[in-house]
Amino acid sequence: MIDDAVLQAKGLTCVRGDRRLFSGLSVCIESGGLLYLHGANGAGKTTLLRTLCGLFRPDEGQVSWNGKPVRASSEEFFSRLLYIGHQPAIKPELTPLENLRISCALDGLYPEAGLLWDILERAGLRGFEDLSAGNLSQGQKRRVNLARLFVNDALLWVLDEPFNALDADAVEILQTVIANHIAGRGIVILATHQEIPLPVDAVQCLRLGE
Amino acid sequence: MIVSINWFKYSSPASFYPLAGRMIPWFAVPAILLIIVGLYWGFFETPNVLSDQKQYYRIIFVHVPAAWMSMWLYVVIAGWGLIGLVFNTRLSFMMAAATAPTGTIFTFLALWTGAFWGKTSWGTWWDWDPRLTSELILLFLYIGYMALQAAIDDVRRADRASAVLAMVGLLMVPIIYYSVNCPDPNQCTALHQRSSVRSIESNIFWAMLTMTLAFWLYSFVVILKRVRNIILEREKYMEWVSELPEIKSQRSRDR
Amino acid sequence: MWRLFKTIVLRDLLLALRRRTEILMTLFFFIVVISLFPLGIGTDRQVLVQIAPGVVWVAALLASMLVLERLFAADYLDGTLEQMLLTSQPLSIVVMAKVCAHWLLTGLPLVLISPLVALQYRLEDEQIVSMIWSLFLGTPALSMIGAIGAALTLGLRGGGMLLSLLVLPLYIPVLVYGAGAIAAGAVTNAPQQAYYMLLSAFTFLSMALAPWATSAVLRFSLE
Repeated sequence: MIDDAVLQAKGLTCVRGDRRLFSGLSVCIESGGLLYLHGANGAGKTTLLRTLCGLFRPDEGQVSWNGKPVRASSEEFFSRLLYIGHQPAIKPELTPLENLRISCALDGLYPEAGLLWDILERAGLRGFEDLSAGNLSQGQKRRVNLARLFVNDALLWVLDEPFNALDADAVEILQTVIANHIAGRGIVILATHQEIPLPVDAVQCLRLGE
Repeated sequence: MIVSINWFKYSSPASFYPLAGRMIPWFAVPAILLIIVGLYWGFFETPNVLSDQKQYYRIIFVHVPAAWMSMWLYVVIAGWGLIGLVFNTRLSFMMAAATAPTGTIFTFLALWTGAFWGKTSWGTWWDWDPRLTSELILLFLYIGYMALQAAIDDVRRADRASAVLAMVGLLMVPIIYYSVNCPDPNQCTALHQRSSVRSIESNIFWAMLTMTLAFWLYSFVVILKRVRNIILEREKYMEWVSELPEIKSQRSRDR
Repeated sequence: MWRLFKTIVLRDLLLALRRRTEILMTLFFFIVVISLFPLGIGTDRQVLVQIAPGVVWVAALLASMLVLERLFAADYLDGTLEQMLLTSQPLSIVVMAKVCAHWLLTGLPLVLISPLVALQYRLEDEQIVSMIWSLFLGTPALSMIGAIGAALTLGLRGGGMLLSLLVLPLYIPVLVYGAGAIAAGAVTNAPQQAYYMLLSAFTFLSMALAPWATSAVLRFSLE
């Protein structure tokens, strides 16, 4: 049972160097909602996502989670947040299994080995669980990362270009996972430059850089 | 009647810029006067001999004030950094950045004049005297501070990182000083810094104090000038900058 | 909290185990630097005993500088550090764990190899013991203070050089009392307890403050 939650951003302005990425941006997203973030390269998608996660401090404006600023109530907020960024956060020296175990530990979860094997299989990594991740392809590394979505109990998913480097199979898996999460009253924020249809009712679209 | 000043009004670069410009002459004139007075006093109106040291002791009228200012300005930098981190005010970081070069120059001046003192007094350019050594380490801290600030392209990060560095440095300075001053803990259970200020003649002391005040006013002048430049550089795309008379006339001349 | 700490320490140890060269590099650097001094200065026993404390400690400082840059760099580049910032546990726990692992990999080997080095400098048994103790008590402070510097210079061009410039002056107290403790045993025959106490006080102080400062710096370094 997930409580209803709301992520709200008010009047966000972000400046990087001498460039103003966006200003006065406001957005509000509630449980069961999906926010699609579009924009050309360099339009500030990643910066906006990182701002919404509390990783980047906006020059003006505020992001709040259930009415509380995210940077102040960070521990409560972070326990409900799952962020998958540009970089895979995968160590080439470790196996997918070890990598997944560590990402889970950072999320505050310590699942049993059997469950982790299951999850990796669902993510389409059967037979690769025990190889060092350095030998995996880009798409497979991405899958290890996305396997986190199966174990997580976070409410808010923030995904930066999650469909990159994935094959048709994986894209389909991911679509299902996202749809299920939203159906279960979760929140998903997606940045992508591909048009991936998702069977969700409450979709908001935001175009940056226009 | 008590006049209350709205400090936060002046914490915005746009309103501080003209204020700083108006303040500069008020510090510059007394600074020049006091330097003239202090140097004359120190060089001509003080005894020719200080205990066993002859004329050359007079370098202390530059050396000691410079050393004092070098330490004080480091405290000021850390203080601005702390204010900036707590209240998130851009101007505080700009003030800290503007103070660093002046502090470095004073540190260097103190070391330079210290070497002259050492050559005449002890017969060597450099002696591992605890105070000189600490001053040298202070110079390293200043250089590290400025190097860090210069190395980070993102202004926001540069400001914050160097503020933390200055605060860590400030915390470490007493520990470093203690360790340099007392390398053998068996011999100094309590630290007794022989205070030579008390024992010297009040005439010399007051001349030194005048020079310190003069250096302080000088610091105000150059720091305010420098902070005005930093403000212009960082806010060059702001509307208020392009409306400044000096910028307008410059731009029309360029055209 | 403890569980996360343990996971991260074990992870870093495992990572180091899978690319062994890094630990060995620090160790060999330490030994090579120390072995160079007698070649440059002379192998007279009296001289060796005189310079041993300073040489060992300066070599330890330089060796710890060598790997410090990589304390957060790998995690920064592959995005793991970003994930670490987002855990619901206090960030200072993560930092503490990483620094502990770093010390186990770079500080502890120096402590363990030091008797060998002491033999090169023809120190007596008691002086060897004091060398082990002083390195054991002092090197954790190097990792702790170094972590602040590593966070400050994270991802900068020429970060390694800058890091040395920032951090080496802050190492002075450890150098003075660490080398002092060995010298007290070897040269002047004074009691060493006071040195040990100052070294541990410094180490504890750095353990209390550095993880906290480091996590604050990491937060804005990754913005």
